[in-house]
Amino acid sequence: MSNKDAVIVVEGLTVRFGDDLILDNVSLEVYRGEVFVILGGSGCGKSTLLKHIIGLYEPAGGRVIINGIDMTAADDNKLRQVRRDMGMLFQSSALLGSMTVFENIALPLKEYTDLSDRAIRLMVRMKLAMVGLSGYENHFPSELSGGMKKRAGIARAMALDPTILFFDEPSAGLDPVTAAELDLLIKNINNGIGTTMVIVTHELESIFNIAQRVIMLDRGEKGIIAEGDPMRLRRESTDPRVRNFFNRHIAEHLIEGA
Amino acid sequence: MTSDKLSFSLDGSPGEKQTLYLSGRLSIEYLDKMLSLIEELFREKRPAEIIVDLKDVTYMDSAGALFLLELEHRAANESIPVNLLNMSFKEKGILDLIDRQSLKEETILTEKRGQGIVEQIGYGAIDFLNDIKNVVSFTGTIIIKLFSSVFHLNTIRWGDVITCMKKTGVDGLPIVGLISFLLGLIMAFMSSLQLKQFGANMFVPSLVSIAMIKELGPIMTAIIVAGRSGSAFAAEIGTMKVNEEVDALITMGFDPVKFLAIPKVFAAMVVVPFLTIFSDLFAIFGGLVVGVLGLDLTIHTYIQQTMKAMKIFDIVTSLIKAVVFAVLIAGIGCQRGFEVKNSAEEVGSATTSAVVSSLFIIIVVDSMFAIVLSYLK
Repeated sequence: MSNKDAVIVVEGLTVRFGDDLILDNVSLEVYRGEVFVILGGSGCGKSTLLKHIIGLYEPAGGRVIINGIDMTAADDNKLRQVRRDMGMLFQSSALLGSMTVFENIALPLKEYTDLSDRAIRLMVRMKLAMVGLSGYENHFPSELSGGMKKRAGIARAMALDPTILFFDEPSAGLDPVTAAELDLLIKNINNGIGTTMVIVTHELESIFNIAQRVIMLDRGEKGIIAEGDPMRLRRESTDPRVRNFFNRHIAEHLIEGA
Repeated sequence: MTSDKLSFSLDGSPGEKQTLYLSGRLSIEYLDKMLSLIEELFREKRPAEIIVDLKDVTYMDSAGALFLLELEHRAANESIPVNLLNMSFKEKGILDLIDRQSLKEETILTEKRGQGIVEQIGYGAIDFLNDIKNVVSFTGTIIIKLFSSVFHLNTIRWGDVITCMKKTGVDGLPIVGLISFLLGLIMAFMSSLQLKQFGANMFVPSLVSIAMIKELGPIMTAIIVAGRSGSAFAAEIGTMKVNEEVDALITMGFDPVKFLAIPKVFAAMVVVPFLTIFSDLFAIFGGLVVGVLGLDLTIHTYIQQTMKAMKIFDIVTSLIKAVVFAVLIAGIGCQRGFEVKNSAEEVGSATTSAVVSSLFIIIVVDSMFAIVLSYLK
């Protein structure tokens, strides 16, 4: 494992909201080109961990190193450089409502490159073709369905060919067919471009479909309780919390109480 | 990481087979260069066949793939065969991600659905008239629901009313007080400059009190409340609309107007008259400061003169005016909030429009009051 190229290194990350300790001393590594899934029950701090990795919040302790740059200590210039190299799909897509799909995707292109208008138009059209949204340039986000918004969000996240893509619950709120299509898209991008993917989800279907390696967080433990290949975890894990999660079992004390 | 630049060389005489050797990075920073390379190739060499050799390409991103597809596309238009040589597994992966067919698809909506000037005027007029209709009907709805609430006092959400009274009234008092104090101060000072010449300083107290009680007190208070609270109502309800909270209320069987708007209107109706009274008092106090310090009036004379100028009729009508303003400001604020559909931008314009429409209506209603009251007396 250690000879692999780690693009994201989290060391002893501690997260606190006020007096609430959410994550205690979490460490993990994500390797280049893998599909890495963070999973766990609701309220275990999955999204919080993701938002700390991408540097939206400042941790109470520990470090996050992306592409060799310490996010917690980097200056604005360095942060900009790291951020150019990553893309994020938010849970609600977070497309800017006052701009068309075209303008949303062109935004990072215009900000970070000095391409001509024609080149930007071609790039946007290509990104839309990649996510299967060709022809929707002039739609406003409010005119798109949930699945289409996610696709447009992915196109925007991929505008600059980032080496790392983050997804916060990509299939939440989507029908199974659309969710499966999205999984396929994620897989294809990973296969085609070799983008490293960090995905937060609790959809079992997705996890078995796309994840190469998972970590599982637990609310009580305030940290990682399992790590590895999801198929193997389901078969071999001895931890009841992990087994329950993968087999959709309700925790035993709840069944007894019923 | 390699940082080698993109370079290329063309081999072959014009009109015949062209071999394009690419090396270095086929990446986004060179996209413009690559696109002009295509133009140049077709314009100057008129190739019969194109061979692209990717042997020395160190890195290719989706912009590089776009370049290759554009090249293929142009060539296909002129039915020139294109051969890609020495493509690595990874480069092929990127190319395969892009669906060539859908790249050519037409845009569904035409860009910037623009309108001519006549159309714009027409739509503008329709919007304006609709807007008036909406405001009138919403204010009507609110008044009806207010009456029904008064008869069923237990249906009012008193907790919300109290919070809203605090936000609109108590929290607004400092700014209302400060502005009114300064207004009274300035009025007394400016008028005394003129009145001094005639030895008519004695009239400064009555001037300040009459102006404040009859007109400026209610108006100033209404303007401040519109800016502070009318906008807040619109933003709050608008954001709730965006978050589907209003839909949730309807689903649970609540009437959103009764649930959200009535407490706000009710609270405003109670506190705006009080704010108006405070506004009058602070202005009179401001005038008093000028009168005592600058005009050699005693506190006693100033207050006596002020009391003499006050009439019960004026005070009562000014408070009625304040109540009417309160209903209009809160009502318009809530109505603008309910008009928001689903975007953050609409919340912004609802907030702006809540304040602007409130100010407009305050002035209109105030003029109506002035005319009606002058006949009533």
